Amino acid sequence: MQYLPNIVFALLLIGGVGFFIQNIRKLKRNIHLGKAIDRSDQKKERWSNMFKIALGQSKMVRRPVSGFLHIIVYVGFIIINIEVLEIILDGLLGTHRLFLGLLGSAFYSFLIGVFEVLAFLVLVSVIVFWARRNVLRIKRFWYKEMTAWPKNDGNIILYFEMVLMSLFLLMNATDIHFQEINIGNTISQYISPLFANLSEGTNHVIERTAWWIHIVGILAFLNYLYYSKHLHILLAFPNTFYANLKPKGQFANNATVTKEVQTMMDPNADPYAVPEEPEGEPEKFGASDVTDLNWVQLMNAYTCTECGRCSSVCPANQTGKELSPRAIMMKTRDRVEEVGKNIDANKGEFKEDGKQLLNDYISPEELWACTSCNACVEECPVNIDPLSIIMDMRQYLVMEQSAAPQELNTMMGNIENNGAPWPYNQMDRLNWKDE
Amino acid sequence: MNVPTMAELTAQGKQPDVLFWVGCAGSFDDRAKKITKAFVKILTHAKVNFAVLGTEESCTGDPAKRSGNEFLFQMQAMTNIEVLNAYDVKKIVTACPHCFNTIKNEYPELGGSYEVMHHTQFLKTLLDEGKISIEGGSYKGKKITFHDPCYLGRANDVYEAPRELIRKLEVELIEMKRCKINGLCCGAGGAQMFKDAEKGNKEVNVLRTEDALEIKPDIIATGCPFCNTMMTDGVKNKEKEDDVQVMDIAEMIANAQDL
Repeated sequence: MQYLPNIVFALLLIGGVGFFIQNIRKLKRNIHLGKAIDRSDQKKERWSNMFKIALGQSKMVRRPVSGFLHIIVYVGFIIINIEVLEIILDGLLGTHRLFLGLLGSAFYSFLIGVFEVLAFLVLVSVIVFWARRNVLRIKRFWYKEMTAWPKNDGNIILYFEMVLMSLFLLMNATDIHFQEINIGNTISQYISPLFANLSEGTNHVIERTAWWIHIVGILAFLNYLYYSKHLHILLAFPNTFYANLKPKGQFANNATVTKEVQTMMDPNADPYAVPEEPEGEPEKFGASDVTDLNWVQLMNAYTCTECGRCSSVCPANQTGKELSPRAIMMKTRDRVEEVGKNIDANKGEFKEDGKQLLNDYISPEELWACTSCNACVEECPVNIDPLSIIMDMRQYLVMEQSAAPQELNTMMGNIENNGAPWPYNQMDRLNWKDE
Repeated sequence: MNVPTMAELTAQGKQPDVLFWVGCAGSFDDRAKKITKAFVKILTHAKVNFAVLGTEESCTGDPAKRSGNEFLFQMQAMTNIEVLNAYDVKKIVTACPHCFNTIKNEYPELGGSYEVMHHTQFLKTLLDEGKISIEGGSYKGKKITFHDPCYLGRANDVYEAPRELIRKLEVELIEMKRCKINGLCCGAGGAQMFKDAEKGNKEVNVLRTEDALEIKPDIIATGCPFCNTMMTDGVKNKEKEDDVQVMDIAEMIANAQDL
């Protein structure tokens, strides 16, 4: 019976980590529902981007207040995880503060001292984050795509972090031996007097309870990630690594179209030749569903943490149009999730559900409002590219459905007939020199 | 105005150093034609050996591609590339950031690789090489702000060339609260120029003009014919056309040197 806590702990750990791994597999599978795209070139630049943008948070601090607070939470999150290692080992081995003996009291006190300060700073930052969302009601957190779930999701994450940090400080404050040796209790020494009137036994019960809820909370939070916008803490790294490195103005040329146009323009081509029957289904132009997008675009959707910086700089969004680049990412993720669940429910095969990303999630009105200005792409702290999705979907609308707005059809007709978007004769192109 | 075409030069057995890609706006839009002429005046004054394609030039395909018509875009691109390659063009300069972006970034994969410069970059090199000199003239002391075209700035990271030229005009260069990487679009990109805006509560060009008017410039400088149109309309919308001018950098340089 004396090993019961160790066994319970081990089972919790295996369950928590196991379920998480299972979801990560699902995540990977869903991302790879997207088409292949080669982003394995320029490794050096990719690593450097990952270090600068994901690890170094270089784009976060463009907005200094939220950027600074975010760095505190981020650094705190990473460093405090060292303490989680001790907690896990203690839990498995039935020890208490294993590292105190292993590392020596001087170093241990330094570590825990830093953890406590960080935990306190994280707690304060997270409270400020909460206030920015709920009291100051910063506009981008209240755009119309921030419906019940996205709004709750944002707050739940903050509550999680508040509770975890508080429990960490509480378990240290009520650890009587830890307070007695008086090392590393930089913050908890100010909390422990609150419990001074309680008996040693009660303190111990509080300490144990806090310890257990803390680790269970961490496992719960880990598993919450997959269901939440908070996946960015993991995906920010691959997302910045695989992001587009070409100039932002360079849109991909569709290779299938290139082949067709080349054949059309080849003077040696036999005009009466029977066209080669392409094998399988003819290639579809553009994207009407998530499976038409590439895997980087789908990873983008899972990486998005819905901060809304993209939409707050979008010219269309700022002038009251339907388009919100953040909503493009959120809707893409919702649809991939739906497709993934469909596959799970149908033994690994997608069963036609009569829905698609276009119309059922993203309306043509949103797509046509984009000015392709790249502000959203530039702004994203983790290099998500909503514009590429918009352009792929426009391509589907025009090339598969001929569903461009009438004025654009006129413009394209002009280009086709006279080589300019306006109805002027190509022969008049040089008239300006004599005017 | 003496503007040699590639066809004429080739007939004379000559090859220009640089092709001036005029673009559709520069060829047909009344306001943009003034920019084209101003730029040609500077080229001529600097004795640049240039030519235009004239009637052999055709839309780059940018608005078609951004509308989703990849087929039309590639048809345009490959036709243009055939012409450019036939004349063995090596270097292209254009006063339109959309043409600049498309030819520079999207043509190489389709067989057209050239050194492509925006006219502000080209003017900057002329200045550095001592082929032109820029003095303030009537612009001296004026407050000027530069509106970054998306397809020059964010799309291709060109922010400094236009600003260095403006500073040479002995003016006070003032920046809007959103500039450079944070610059706000004029509303014309992505083929929006050719259609009405979707339902909303404001026009993008009006919002951008408000950014500019907030810092009370004498002149809003642009480097794109479409931005020029949008900002000019925005200033009119705010009934400020008597106080604020919208000018391309090439026009200011040509005017300042009395070309």
